[in-house]
Amino acid sequence: MRIEVKDLRYSYGEAKVLSNIALDGVSLTVEEGDFFGIIGQTGSGKTTFVQHLNGLIKLGKDCGSIKVGGYDLGDKKCDFKALRASLGMVFQYPEYQLFAETVFDDVAFGVKNFMPEVSLEKTQEMVKEALTTVGLNYDKIKDKSPFDLSGGQKRRVAIAGVIVTKPEVLVLDEPVAGLDPVGKREFISLLHRLHGSFVKTIILVSHDMDLVAENCTKAAIFSHGKIYAVGSPKEIFSRYEELQNLGLDLPVTAYLTRALENNGVKINSDFTVDGFINAVRIKTNGKIDGGEL
Amino acid sequence: MALLNAENVSFSYDKRIKAVKNVSLSANEGEYIAVIGHNGSGKSTLAKLFNGLMRPDEGNITVDGFSVLEKKHTFEIRKRVGVVFQNPDNQLVASIVEDDVAFGPENLGVPRAEIKERIDFALSAVGMEKFRHSSPTRLSGGQKQRIAIAGVLALKPKILVLDESTAMLDPQGRKEVLQVVKKLNKEQKVTVITITHYMDEVVDADTVYVMNDGEIALKGTPAEIFKQKDRLKGYGLELPLAAEIADKLIARGVRLPDGILTEERLAEELCALKSKI
Ligand SMILES: Nc1ncnc2c1ncn2[C@@H]1O[C@H](COP(=O)(O)OP(=O)(O)O)[C@@H](O)[C@H]1O
Ligand SMILES: Nc1ncnc2c1ncn2[C@@H]1O[C@H](COP(=O)(O)OP(=O)(O)O)[C@@H](O)[C@H]1O
Ligand SMILES: [Mg+2]
Ligand SMILES: [Mg+2]
Repeated sequence: MRIEVKDLRYSYGEAKVLSNIALDGVSLTVEEGDFFGIIGQTGSGKTTFVQHLNGLIKLGKDCGSIKVGGYDLGDKKCDFKALRASLGMVFQYPEYQLFAETVFDDVAFGVKNFMPEVSLEKTQEMVKEALTTVGLNYDKIKDKSPFDLSGGQKRRVAIAGVIVTKPEVLVLDEPVAGLDPVGKREFISLLHRLHGSFVKTIILVSHDMDLVAENCTKAAIFSHGKIYAVGSPKEIFSRYEELQNLGLDLPVTAYLTRALENNGVKINSDFTVDGFINAVRIKTNGKIDGGEL
Repeated sequence: MALLNAENVSFSYDKRIKAVKNVSLSANEGEYIAVIGHNGSGKSTLAKLFNGLMRPDEGNITVDGFSVLEKKHTFEIRKRVGVVFQNPDNQLVASIVEDDVAFGPENLGVPRAEIKERIDFALSAVGMEKFRHSSPTRLSGGQKQRIAIAGVLALKPKILVLDESTAMLDPQGRKEVLQVVKKLNKEQKVTVITITHYMDEVVDADTVYVMNDGEIALKGTPAEIFKQKDRLKGYGLELPLAAEIADKLIARGVRLPDGILTEERLAEELCALKSKI
């Protein structure tokens, strides 16, 4: 499913008051297959934007258009339940949204809610598959109360509840915040695993520039409710000065590349860690070759 | 005697499994301490024990000489130990930002006139002066967390405990808060105990404690701690990314010195290695 947003506008309250404007004409296309990063300062509109994609925030009249595959979110007849089954949304700190008495009920909720036609037996199968996918043992965990789980387990359950309907598009808003290093690494490999299976497209909102540089195929920078730039991580993160002016950090690889460039050493990489390391030209004496600048 | 002294502290939520086991930690006035450890290793439990939100089952903690075991000291301890937690939504109480920041000092009986001063100080420290009269519900997550930090700063605590409080901030916000915290630490000798998963927040600490399954597994300077890569991995931790990259470059034959922890230092060392010919 291709996602096409055109000239999206949104205000919290009256648009006449400038400070109410959260989205100020955002146009963005995310192609099927993208692992798409969204970066930008706090308050730049990232969350407001992604919350539009499944209709959580209603597209206002004359406020632009949103198309997700065949779904036209501006159309009165748009089937939002079906949309939400195929575009899954993982919020910030999703573990705070667990509510059911058992893990099973929590994960099954997505099926019951968005796919009411599915049988109980099939639901059970889907819940089992979802919990297994996120690395949890179905038999051991299904009857537990979500509140008795560790933070990391809770987050997995929350994610199982989103992927249980096998969404084609997965949108995640700051999903690694608060995870420990191992939890973060496992989480990212889960995303890649999902991206290689039924999930075709991932949209990831993150403040972690290293994460975006390492994992995303494309990225957009939000600034003051507008899109500032879209491109590959290589294109985005080589705009060193602009990123800094926007209050954004550079990934470590881009930071090093800039420092070396300012010293007359050109490193041409995609800003992944291995890409960077392999692009450094090392002389036999352990020094670094400047190359042509 | 250290400002905060924890001796052989143990705590269990269910009287079965110990969330914190035999932990000893001391914090001197003006010290900057970082506590790292995998999720569930007991860091937040420790933070709650430090300001008397919970009491140790075994061992004792004293703050400025006041023991957390004595109920009557709760007030004195809260005044001295301010904790900022992870989730700002659970920490904001009032419907106007300035009232929220004033809440703590008012509860501690700070005179009216001084409260205004403290609000000014705390809000400017976190860069949120503009939002003084706003409603916290209208702020995004990172902005809310800065208000929560301001609320604690307004108590002018001697010890500031940050329990992953920068996890939700953007790089700019995180830098601002770290700057504020470092400034409070340097200029006003506020003791800082920061619990974090950001390894780059650890590299400037005076002392690092590594927790594993409720126990203190390692204690040392950042350089001493990050030298032990394999042990850290065993505890579910990692090196700062710059140190990871330095290691990989060394493995490829780049003649970098050992012990590089920050991107600034790595950039310097790499630039110094530029071949003249
Ligand atoms: N529920 C809300 N009510 C009013 N204003 C809001 C609300 N949520 C966000 N805003 C405002 O909208 C703007 C964009 O916020 P948000 O989309 O959360 O940005 P980001 O996710 O990039 O931090 C900010 O100025 C923020 O203060
Ligand atoms: N309120 C609670 N009730 C019961 N167990 C808890 C509670 N809070 C934490 N625990 C348990 O105590 C242990 C330590 O948790 P915590 O201090 O939150 O670790 P950390 O902050 O390092 O992630 C974990 O096993 C956790 O499941
Ligand atoms: Mg957001
Ligand atoms: Mg914790």
